[in-house]
Amino acid sequence: MTEIFDTIVLAFDFTMVRYAMIVGVLIAMCSSLLGVTLVLKRFSFIGDGLSHVAFGAMAIAAAMNLTNNILFVLPVTMVCAVLLLRTGQNSKIKGDAAIAMISVSALATGYLVMNVFATTTNLAGDVCTILFGSTTILTLTNIDVWVSVILSLSVVTVFTMFYHKIFAVTFDEDFATATGNKAKLYNLILAIVIAVVIVLAMRLVGALLITALVIFPAISAMRVFKSFRSVTIWSVIISVKCAAIGMLASIVLETPVGATIVAVNIIVFGLFSFIGLLRRMI
Amino acid sequence: MPQLSCRDVSLGYDGKTIVSGLTFDVNKGDYLCIVGDNGSGKSTLMKTILRLQTPLSGKIETGDGVAPNEIGYLLQQTAAQKDFPATVLEVVLSGLLNRAGMRPFYSKTEKQTANENMETLGISHIAKKCYRELSGGQQQRVLLARALCATRKIILMDEPAAGLDPGASIEMYTLIKNLNDSGVTVIMISHDIIASVKYASHILHIGREKTLFFGTTEDYLKTDIGKLYTHTGGDTV
Repeated sequence: MTEIFDTIVLAFDFTMVRYAMIVGVLIAMCSSLLGVTLVLKRFSFIGDGLSHVAFGAMAIAAAMNLTNNILFVLPVTMVCAVLLLRTGQNSKIKGDAAIAMISVSALATGYLVMNVFATTTNLAGDVCTILFGSTTILTLTNIDVWVSVILSLSVVTVFTMFYHKIFAVTFDEDFATATGNKAKLYNLILAIVIAVVIVLAMRLVGALLITALVIFPAISAMRVFKSFRSVTIWSVIISVKCAAIGMLASIVLETPVGATIVAVNIIVFGLFSFIGLLRRMI
Repeated sequence: MPQLSCRDVSLGYDGKTIVSGLTFDVNKGDYLCIVGDNGSGKSTLMKTILRLQTPLSGKIETGDGVAPNEIGYLLQQTAAQKDFPATVLEVVLSGLLNRAGMRPFYSKTEKQTANENMETLGISHIAKKCYRELSGGQQQRVLLARALCATRKIILMDEPAAGLDPGASIEMYTLIKNLNDSGVTVIMISHDIIASVKYASHILHIGREKTLFFGTTEDYLKTDIGKLYTHTGGDTV
């Protein structure tokens, strides 16, 4: 036991580990806030689609030798988020098909670009890093941390400001529209916030595992809690704890950060399902 | 001036007309039931009145102090709502969103309004309960309370008693009638024609592609189609 403790204390001596913890917790908080709405709106897969878009954008940014790729990746992801949320309603291509199309196209394009304009010799390693986020979190620079902090705080602020509006468009978009609310505007804001969260979360768990970070805390909370507010608050608590535990575990066990966090989330989901089941039986 | 007037309205989608030549008025305090067979365009008419859809031609206007966004409604609930984690209070409060404007939180007056409407509909005691765990009748009351929060002028309903057991459906109709008596204009789509003629002041009967009847319930019962559908005389089908 003391050995594990010592390992953690030792790890915290490194600036990059402290950075990683701060950024990881903030990202977990933001992603879980949005998760509740996405699950309830039946948009669980939008996170997955958008993360692939972000992957494609990252590859292009790398090929163009951009120093700060977030300036390119974020706008591209935002545009796609807006397009995807729009197609949900009435278009020739149905919502889920649109998500699938955009995500595979972005994935393929990204991989192609990376191969053609390879800037490093370790291509497979780079791709793996973007997809699973293995070590990215530990190579954060000072600027990265600040960008993450600012973006996370804006996500939390926007979510708090629009909390009741987000509830209304999630519960019943038609009613909100019919009674004179700007439901379209709120959806647009939601799409932009989702894009920010995805781009942020990609650094922590990688493109392929983002959906887990967005969805798991929300569905875990929904097993047990019954009001929108308590589900939202608890999914944040669950997400932050899972991320913290996952990151510590990955230091001790020397496992990939993203995958470890997701594994913790899966265990917590099982736990909450069990509690929910017990509650219903009593 | 009527609260709602439809002039020669045609409805449909993808260029196909479902029904045309709809002309009717709804005045303050009316209780209008829209009846007709499946596919006659009742729900499309509802969505058009709510401005969720535009008519192919014709005009729908509001007047008598009613703004187009002052129409509340109670539709059949969506699948997503059935397992939505929300308390009764949260759902009812969401009806007040249009009053809050850009303000991020609800004011005391708005919370008071929500409480009053829950009182009216007899759901105050379940305010903290989870919406998805309520009975069908209670869920409908919650949605009706939300509609009343949005407006006390006109409320549109699509089969408010659908799926309710007989007792709950009588309670629902009585509740709606009481609201109507207190000055709320009611427009309702209904399959239950017996209940419609019992409670409504006006009937709009839509048939395939055209209006079959619009007028007071009293007059409706005198027409052949009225007799046919209510089985109060004439030839049975």
